[in-house]
Amino acid sequence: MELFSANNVTKVFADTRALTDVSISVNEQSIFGLLGPNGAGKTTLIRIINQITAPDTGEVRLQGRRMRTSDVAHIGYLPEERGLYPKMKIGEQAIYLAQLKGLSRKEAVANLKKWFEKFEIMDWWNKKIEELSKGMQQKVQFITTVVHEPKLLIFDEPFSGFDPINANLLKREILQLRDEGATIIFSTHNMGSVEELCDHIALINKSIKIVDGPTHEIREKYKSNIFEVKYKGDFKKVDQTLGFQVKILEHTENEKANRIRIQHLNGGTSNELLQALIPVAEIVAFEEIIPSMNDVFIKAVEEDK
Amino acid sequence: MNKTILILKQEYFKRVKKKSFIILTLLVPLLFVGMFALIILLSVNNDKQERTIAVFDESALFLGELEQDEYTKFHFIPKEEYSELKSDLKNSEFYALLYIPENIYSAGTAQLISAKQVPIELTEKIQRRLSQFIEKDKRQKVIDEAGIPDLDDRLAATQTSVKLNTLKISETGEATQSSSEVAFIASYAMGFIIYFFVFMYGSMVMRSVMEEKKNRIVEVIISSVKPFQLMAGKIIGTALVGLTQVAIWVVVGMIVLTAMQSFFTPESAQQMGQSLMESRQSMGPAMNQDAAQSQVTAALEMVGNLNLGLILFTFVFYFLAGYLMYSSLLGAVGAAVDNDEDSQQMVLPITFPLIISIMLLFPIARNPEGPVAFWGSMIPFTSPVAMLARIPYGIPTWELLLSMFLLLLATLGAIWVAAKIYKTGLLMYGKKVNIKELIKWLRYKS
Repeated sequence: MELFSANNVTKVFADTRALTDVSISVNEQSIFGLLGPNGAGKTTLIRIINQITAPDTGEVRLQGRRMRTSDVAHIGYLPEERGLYPKMKIGEQAIYLAQLKGLSRKEAVANLKKWFEKFEIMDWWNKKIEELSKGMQQKVQFITTVVHEPKLLIFDEPFSGFDPINANLLKREILQLRDEGATIIFSTHNMGSVEELCDHIALINKSIKIVDGPTHEIREKYKSNIFEVKYKGDFKKVDQTLGFQVKILEHTENEKANRIRIQHLNGGTSNELLQALIPVAEIVAFEEIIPSMNDVFIKAVEEDK
Repeated sequence: MNKTILILKQEYFKRVKKKSFIILTLLVPLLFVGMFALIILLSVNNDKQERTIAVFDESALFLGELEQDEYTKFHFIPKEEYSELKSDLKNSEFYALLYIPENIYSAGTAQLISAKQVPIELTEKIQRRLSQFIEKDKRQKVIDEAGIPDLDDRLAATQTSVKLNTLKISETGEATQSSSEVAFIASYAMGFIIYFFVFMYGSMVMRSVMEEKKNRIVEVIISSVKPFQLMAGKIIGTALVGLTQVAIWVVVGMIVLTAMQSFFTPESAQQMGQSLMESRQSMGPAMNQDAAQSQVTAALEMVGNLNLGLILFTFVFYFLAGYLMYSSLLGAVGAAVDNDEDSQQMVLPITFPLIISIMLLFPIARNPEGPVAFWGSMIPFTSPVAMLARIPYGIPTWELLLSMFLLLLATLGAIWVAAKIYKTGLLMYGKKVNIKELIKWLRYKS
């Protein structure tokens, strides 16, 4: 079920195109990765979703109807550049931000207490933000993003400023939020976390969407016939046998087994490769390499040049 | 709308609860009272230093005749000591050396020699004593020569002092006692208060906007509320802080004024008159006690005769409109710039007319009907200060209405401009903003 969609969104600033005819569709209870190099237009799209700016043409829809200003109450947004009031007490400011999202004071206090207890930071309630470390501030910021139980959550570089332990905690929370029914749009340059978290991705480059699809399918699609083979036998023989069919990317020799990484040039199947190899070596392991998101990203952007 | 109120409340309580607000609110009236008290104190008990002045009287007229008082003593010295003392005055016990030449009657000059700068009051005091003595002596001679009995008393009876009581006739034909002095003070005070408020609270709005932008909280906020709501909440909330302050001062002022009016019963006014008289005696011809007494009560009465209702109403109107205009523009500046240096550059062109309007206060006080006063109170950028300065003198209704109308128009325009700049500027970082850039923002469609 689709929760959110952007349809043919175009946005032009005075002298730059930020988005050109971009459409995305985000399924309910999924994590959608919004990727792209710096300045590609991600933040503009996110701001359009948040009703901060309006698209020149195209529309954004939430639950099947055009988004209205009041829909911001159903969105939780953690911007990349974020901050809180340094001189205000944490509890008070969290309540204020929650009220701005439409909660009553009572609801805000109740929800906040739940989160503060969960993160074991109840004793920060009366402290000021400026007394906290950067990582601690990020925790508070995260809570203020999710406190009003939004249907759609937008995280822009959520892990920046977190140490690995807290980053892990945050990952768990994000997954849990999804499992409890939230839909998440996730923008980051950390491709490792995209592989871990995202069900679906879209890649925007120079204002145009160039890749869109479920994460695993995209990685499949960007396979480039690379195989890793572990075998027992003579490397020279293997090399001679495979000849011009493959390009040898790397090889290491070892007492137990040699390892070789090859790219099949003529688009042959893995069986053909195996058949060629079996007479000259004893195969220990044979695996096709699926590209990492990092590779996909670089390849997609380079191909787009 | 709800969210605007939320922001408004937040801004209001944030400021009102601040220690600096409470201190300032209490301190300003105290400062005023203190300032007046100081002025009165200084003019009444001016000089308490004891000084002995050596007098070399070449004319030999004044010996023992110069009137001494508690603080100023005269010691007559012979000629021999004079030159000696003159060369070594610093180390002597005398504060100064008075040389009275032989021809003082005809020439009318004497010398006061001192190692230090002599206070003006002391020189005035000595001048007065010398003149009075000579005058009295000359007069006595005239009286003696004329041979008319009781001439002294009869001449004294001719001394006259006329006090001009100004009355103002209102449109209904009612005459109230007016005072251009009171109006002058009120005019200056009103002008300054408006200037101070618009400037102070306008800058407060700007700083608050800049802070939110700098802390990067603004993106979170405007993903919850419209920028216009944010700006409106901020501006109105801060205005309420200002009004709260004024309300506190008005209430305190009323209490003080009533207390003073009941405190200054005829007897106490008499006392006050007496002390006033004492202090004035040193400055000019003696004023009789009744006049001094009636002056005190009259001054209080004339404060009451100012049209306080109109003043309060116009104050609130011009404060709100002027503040709204300036604070929305300053708020827009706060949104447009990234750092303090840039803000200084942008603030000056906006506050310049406000500073001009303060400089208009004096010409307005001199001629409240003149062209400077008229145009100053019509042009919206100066009218909040200029019009308020004119109000105590009385103003034709049509001028007041026209000025208010023009100010309202300008305020609406300023809000429109500010809203556009604000919206675009809030999320603009790292861009050096100039006027050309701002005009471009105005053309963006929302």
